[in-house]
This record gives sequence, structure tokens and C-alpha cells, in this order.
Amino acid sequence: MPEELYEIEANIPANPIEEYLRMDRMPHIWCPGCGIGTTVNCFVRALQTSGLDLDKVAVVSGIGCTGRVAGYMNLDSFHTTHGRAIPFATGLKLANPELKVVVYSGDGDLTAIGGNHFIHAARRNMDITVILINNMIYGMTGGQVAPTTPVGATASTTPHGNFEETFNLPFLAESCGAVYVARWTAHHVRHLTKSIKEALAKKGFSFIEILAPCPTLYSRRNKLGDGLDQMEFYRDHSQIKNGADTKSVAIDFQGDIVVGKFVDKERPTYLEAMNNHYQKKYGDRYVPSEEMRKVFHA
Amino acid sequence: MAEVAEQTKKAAKGSVVISAERCKGCGFCVEFCPPEVLELASEYNSKGYHTPILVKRELCTGCDICGMVCPDFAIYGYIMKKKSKEA
Amino acid sequence: MHADPIGVLTGAHFIDGDHACSEGAIAAGCRFVAGYPITPSTEVVERIADRFPFVGGVFIQMEDEIASSIAIQGAVWGGKKAMTVTSGPGFSLMMEHIGFAAMTETPCVFVDVQRAGPSTGLPTMPAQGDMMQARWGSHGDYQIIAIAPNSPQECFDLTIHAFNLSERYRVPVMMMMDECVGHMIERVVIPEAEKIEVHNRKVYEGPKENYLAFEAGRDLVPTMVKAGDGYKIHVTGLTHDEKGYPNMSVATQAKLVQRLMDKIRLNADDIIKYEEENVEGADIVVVTFGITSRTAIPAIEQARAKGLKVGHLRLIVCWPFPEKRIRELAGRVKAIVMPELNMGQMVYEVERCAAGKCNVVSVPHAGGTVHQPKDILAAIEKSIRGK
Repeated sequence: MPEELYEIEANIPANPIEEYLRMDRMPHIWCPGCGIGTTVNCFVRALQTSGLDLDKVAVVSGIGCTGRVAGYMNLDSFHTTHGRAIPFATGLKLANPELKVVVYSGDGDLTAIGGNHFIHAARRNMDITVILINNMIYGMTGGQVAPTTPVGATASTTPHGNFEETFNLPFLAESCGAVYVARWTAHHVRHLTKSIKEALAKKGFSFIEILAPCPTLYSRRNKLGDGLDQMEFYRDHSQIKNGADTKSVAIDFQGDIVVGKFVDKERPTYLEAMNNHYQKKYGDRYVPSEEMRKVFHA
Repeated sequence: MAEVAEQTKKAAKGSVVISAERCKGCGFCVEFCPPEVLELASEYNSKGYHTPILVKRELCTGCDICGMVCPDFAIYGYIMKKKSKEA
Repeated sequence: MHADPIGVLTGAHFIDGDHACSEGAIAAGCRFVAGYPITPSTEVVERIADRFPFVGGVFIQMEDEIASSIAIQGAVWGGKKAMTVTSGPGFSLMMEHIGFAAMTETPCVFVDVQRAGPSTGLPTMPAQGDMMQARWGSHGDYQIIAIAPNSPQECFDLTIHAFNLSERYRVPVMMMMDECVGHMIERVVIPEAEKIEVHNRKVYEGPKENYLAFEAGRDLVPTMVKAGDGYKIHVTGLTHDEKGYPNMSVATQAKLVQRLMDKIRLNADDIIKYEEENVEGADIVVVTFGITSRTAIPAIEQARAKGLKVGHLRLIVCWPFPEKRIRELAGRVKAIVMPELNMGQMVYEVERCAAGKCNVVSVPHAGGTVHQPKDILAAIEKSIRGK
């Protein structure tokens, strides 16, 4: 037993992620077995190695269980209105392009009430990173159907079973022009961390869909066990297919889940297009803001 | 020289730190620990949750998968520093 | 503090109210506008879109009014002065975010160039039907400031005033224009930049540790920082404590809501603004605002020519309402007459403050055009019949 080769630690290293969280607000409100906290772990670990100045990272959330992420991050954080995290993030970014703006919100918030803003920000290639936690339900309000609840699943507003088709979110994001599109589950912690790091470094509208368990509502109502059962399901029923055609990655009720990085391409961001356009058309007459000058005309 | 080579060939050893009061007993860490060194204790914390304990400490590699997967920031793994040659 | 000269088009202009409003915003230091086209307000953002690339501003036409009304708040927390522009139907869409601005104390200006409603109504024709909505449109209890210009010159001057009030009190301010004032073309004189006073939010520059982003001093207005300065603030629409953290206790709710209300109510004397003519010794006071203040003038002059002692009180700031002055006048006059381009809205405030001490006569109008002076005259004459 090579015990004597290892130092007995006098000072056990503190959990390095704690400085990224508002520890004065712990424990958080998420249920036992909820996957949101797991995704936050991955987000923090991605931030740790991203090289980003944390003073310049801002998190914007909407309303819902995932919307509470903003409140737990030890960063400039904004808990806005339901569905409107993306336009708030747009204003924030356009006012100060130096900021790294991350939208962290849920499937209902971002694609139901927030759907219009989602598609336009992707179209414009707004330089923001959108992390969407898909638990296939409206959790905070007690388990109502979401645009991502699979056909056949039960929710409180589809108590007889859902018969509405779902969004295929990676397909939606790609078709609107997102330059980075990936899907992972809360089980794929290492892939997810790497993907978030890539998305943070990517210029333009980067989008990651993360499937996460909602044990209290989605899993329980549909008799799928608890959070751990859901995580094991992700482990046993996911197929990693990087570069897959997003048209083919729709999710059925308890069907196999295609995960991976599907889209990673380049095109001018909104601000790049704007600044290039005015610079070309007006030359010295164009007066960018101070913040714009710092980033685009240094 | 040969002794150093022998030491560095062995896997890094690690341990975990468990904040039991924060734990909600979800069981992710126990299930997804690659060397399976954790178990849920029969004791419980003040909220009534069974929290994990490190039962096979010699097998812990400090990989921190438990830390990455924990939704409650209640556990993390770390790699213990090897003793320097001068010690 | 004075206006940045880069944005100020010093000189005399012959422009409409909408365009004057754009110039006022630029002179005030507004450098972010998010908007959506809606008649009769669109010209405001069109001019902004035209001018902004040369003054360091950013304009974006968002996908709807809901996005516009929250994008401006993102920009404010990014450090800018910001404004959005709309008319009735868009104003209705913005209500949730007006409440968010009030709750998070985000300084910003909402311009409503009113048109006849309800619903789609008469898109190209004037009304003053959003006055109560400006005050009460969002859910819950909160206070806002609302201003009603009556000329293109005032659209310029009072937009600057709107920004100044917004920054000083960290509150959303409504510029309640109407289609008539917005589309009339008159002489607008823009002074030199050094003569334009501009007020900025109180910025906190102290230590980062233990900074309480929503703690207020005696004036009830907290200091403000912006994202990127390292204060790691949390801003939420949930009921929150002085740190900005959500706090669900009844005591926190009482404290926060009371302060948000008091912030405007207890400072009302500094905010309220009105103009009076011949009110001393009057038997009848005609209370007006916006375009109606101009159509009332011929009626008042004709009434005075007939020997009636008629005074004129024009509201410039409509909310907070000048309760004290109306209460005082109601005790001295026989009647207050209030023509409005709506079916009676601000007149209810007059009635409330008058508390039965004098006759209060509404001169309603469904909108679409301005009052005929003869209708206002008839109401003035009728108001003291039997007294």
C-alpha cells in the first residue's frame, strides 16, 4: 500500500467551483435528482479553463427552474422576464460588446414564449451563447406541457397524453442561422464541459441543448423513475454523432437520443456586419461608441 | 532512479470532500463514479437525505466525476499531492 | 453636466414632434434605441436610425415591442441611456417590461405617440387614451413619471427632461405624445450643447465587497453600477433585498414596494410640473395637457371675452399628478373643466382631488381629431350654471 508516497494533506483544497457561485444562497431550490445543478457544474468548469475575465462575463436567465441559474452564479447576473432573456442579452451585448453574454434558461422559456426572440437572435448571429436546459416540461409551475414534451408523454395540461409534435431544437437553431449547435445530456459531463468551452469561445450565436432530468414532474408523471433513472437512461440511450444532420435528431418519448456537436461554422456576427458596413460606407464619418471602438476598431 | 520510475507508473491517488448538509441524496455520484468508491450512508443529514461516503478510499483516483455530476455542489474529488523526494 | 456636443444640432429647425423627440433623445445622451415600427411613432426611430451611426449610438429594430422594451433595459445595465418608441398597441405589449423597469429601478424612456384606440383603432389619428394605462398598465404597485408635450419644441425639451428624471430617480419615464403633436411641423430651436443640462445616474465606485446594489439613502434612490465593472451584481424582477437577492418574505415585500412608491411620491414636489394662466381669482379652471391645451385656448379666450373668469392649468408632468394644487384650487373655484382626447381619464384624478368641493366637468372625445373649441366653450359655460 503506497500510502507513505502521498502527503497527508494538511489543507484539503477548497472546492474550486465555489468562487463561481453565490455560496451565501446555497442550498439551491432545485429538487433532489434535478439535472440543472449538474449542468451548472459543467458551465463553471468550462469557465475555469476558458481564460475569460470573470468580471466581463454576464449571465442572463428567464423564468423557470433553469431561470434560477442567474441567481446562483457569482457573476453579473440578470433574472429577467419569462421568455425575454435573449432580447435583454442583445441590449447588454450591443451596449458593451466587450462583455461575454451567456443566456442560461429552460426549454419553455426560450422556445415557447421566447421562441420569436430565439429565432431572430440566431438569424442576426448575435454574439451570445445560449445554454438551454431541456427537461421537456414546465417545471417551476408544476409540470405543464412544453414545446419539447414528447408525443405520448403526460403533463398537467395534457393529462390525457400529449399529442402535439415537438420542436427539434438543433434543427430549429441551425435553420435560423446559429453558427454552433450541439446537444448533450446531463450525463455527458465531460463532453458538455468541452462543448460549453467551445461555445463560449465561438463568435456568433452558439447554442447548446442539454437534456436534464426533472424527477419531480416529468419523470414522476410519466413513471420514468427518479433523477438517477433518467441519467442512466441518458447513459444507455444516447448516441454520439458529431456532425449529424440536425433534421434527423428529433427526440421521441423514451427513444434514443442523438447527441454531439452538429454545427460549427463561421459567418459575420451582427456587430461585425454592422461595423464593417458603416466603416465601408462612411469611413471616418462613422462614429462607433467607445465600447465598440475598443472591440472592433482598436 | 528506478524507484522514481516505479512510483510514477502508479495511478494518481485521490480523495473526495463531501458537504453532507448540502446533499439531497440523488445518488448520481455513487452511480457514476468509475472505480465505484462511494456508497450512500445509512445515516442521514439534517434534511433526511442519505449522503455519500467514501468506502473504498484506496481506489479513489480523484477524477472528480462525482464533482462534475453532483447537482448540489455537495461533493468534489481532488488528486492528492505526491510526497516530494526530499521529504 | 452638459450635453455632448457631438449629438446636438444647434440651430433653428422646421421639424415635426417625432423628429424633435429623436433630437431631444440624442441631446440627452441616449445612445441605444430599440424599437418597432408603429404609426404614428415610426418617424422617431427612423431619424434615430439615420443619426446614430454619426454620434456613437446603436439602433436596432427588434422583432417586436416586447423585445424592444427589454433590450433597452439590457443596454442600460450595459451602461447606456436607452429609449424605446411606440404607440397604443405596442405600449400595451410593453407593460410587463415597464413593471420590470420599475421593479429593478432601470432608468429608461418609453415614448408613446398616442393614437385612437382601443385596439387597432385609428392608426393615423390622434387621441390621448393611454394616460391611465401609462400610470397603471403593469401589474402590481409601482410608480412612474409621465410627461405630455404640446409642441415639437416641447418634444425636444421634454425628452431631455424625461431622460434627466429617469436617471435621477432610476424610474421608467413615459413621454406621452400624440399623433397631432408628433406630426405637426413647427419651429424647433436647439441650443448650444453647453446650454443643455443633462443628468446622469449616481454611479457607485466604492469597494466591491459587500456592495448593496439596491440600498438607498435618504433620497430613496440607490446608486447604480453596470455589468463589466466587477461588482457581480444580481438584478431580478422577483421581490428582492438590498443586495438584490430574491427574498420571499412579506416584510421584504412591504419594504421594497413602499420604497419604490415613496421614491416618487415623497419626491413629487420636485417632479411635478405644470403651467398656469389667469388661475388666480378664476371661477373656472380649465385643466389640460398635450394637444388639448392648444385647442382649449380659443375656447378660454372666448369665455373670458364673455366675462367669465376662466383660468388655464396645463399639466406638463401628468404623473405624478399635482394633487395638492388641484385640491387647493377646488376649494377656491366654482368649476374645473377638463377636455381630453379620450372618454375621461385624467379627469378622474381631478375629481378625486377635488373631493366634491367644486364642480368637475369632463369634456370627452373618442379621438380621431382634436376638440372643437366651441365644445370646450359650451362645457365651460355649462360648468357654472346653477352656481
